Amino acid sequence: MAKSIIYIFIGIMWSLILAGGGILVVLVSKISIQGYGDELDFLIASGIKAIIAIVLVVLWVLVLLKLKNKIFQKQMKF
Amino acid sequence: MQDYIVAAVITSLIAFFVVFGMTPTLIKRLAKKNWTVKDVNRIGGAMIPRPGGPVILAGIILGEISLYFLLPADSIITKGITALVVTTSLAFVVGFIDDRRVMGGWFKPLALAGASIPVILLGAYEPNLAFPLFGTVKIPALYLGVIIFMIPITGNTINSIDVMNGIASCFMVIASFSLAIALFVLQNYSVAIMTLPLAFASLAFYKYHKFPSRIFPGDSGALTLGAAYGVIAIVGHVEVIAAIALLPAVINSFLFLSSVKRIVEHRHVKGPTTHTEDHKIAASKELDAPVTLVRLLVANKPLTEKEVGFAIFRLAIFSGILAIITAFIAGVQLWPSQ
Repeated sequence: MAKSIIYIFIGIMWSLILAGGGILVVLVSKISIQGYGDELDFLIASGIKAIIAIVLVVLWVLVLLKLKNKIFQKQMKF
Repeated sequence: MQDYIVAAVITSLIAFFVVFGMTPTLIKRLAKKNWTVKDVNRIGGAMIPRPGGPVILAGIILGEISLYFLLPADSIITKGITALVVTTSLAFVVGFIDDRRVMGGWFKPLALAGASIPVILLGAYEPNLAFPLFGTVKIPALYLGVIIFMIPITGNTINSIDVMNGIASCFMVIASFSLAIALFVLQNYSVAIMTLPLAFASLAFYKYHKFPSRIFPGDSGALTLGAAYGVIAIVGHVEVIAAIALLPAVINSFLFLSSVKRIVEHRHVKGPTTHTEDHKIAASKELDAPVTLVRLLVANKPLTEKEVGFAIFRLAIFSGILAIITAFIAGVQLWPSQ
């Protein structure tokens, strides 16, 4: 039982990676800034994208932590 | 195409036979110098020579250098192989220091972050992250961070799964062959072939590392394997696919960190497992012992060391299949990327 739950957890992680990538591409790649000169526009946009991506990763880890506690609840009562 | 096939065969043979041929000599030398550690899971606690890192590094480097001369001249190959050789060698040095003198929990992540700098200096990367189904996203500012984090993560992830006889080396065999297949699917043939020395060096080392181990890779071996894998992921532009192939080891690190709640050397925390009277591996009953993949695997019933190893290999094969499926669906695009 514990083993099959680990397979399920891997499957969920895989889906979350694909979904997280989708959010990143759909939302973040569209961000562009204009009006500060080409170089600065690029740097500001890149910085904003980086911050959003980091926030998404933190959210991803938090979701995973919640899921881990739920999925392995029984197994972690050693 | 013939050039690529010849290069793939020669580099695989070199990597395999360098490790296969040199390991017995290294075992004798390490035993003579008394560079041995106790195998805590073995009945009677046999002393096993460590580290096997030098032969693993030799196999990977000689394989990659031969590729440099065998593949058609190309800047991706030149930069990629140079970055792979330099970063992997630096990771080996970091691991070797830790093998000889136990360093603090932060030493390896920070030193491995430093080892990733050659990848940046050589420009052996593209600042885009490719996501299957959705395309790529250009994030130059973040991508430098991805490189600096990638090598410590892959290095430490492989190091943290090196818990029992044969696990780290066989896990790397499965993950690197999966990554090579994924790269072939993506038609990135040069980098796919660059993965073969890593896969075959791991396979040859597994011959001596499998249960009952005759040698342990040590931190130098595990970090060498992990760093080489990380550089290939960056150079081949398959960071996401590479992470998927490593998922069981990622889960192990994730469970460990989320239960210990700090970066700490595994030697400095309570053991997650214990032994039954018939010398099977059982989950520790200590509440403050870290949660790990092995502790979960033996949570319901104790298993022998060999059974634990095969359970982890099956998980690695499952993740490898998911990585290859991801490579196949990478060709399908649901959303126009930037």
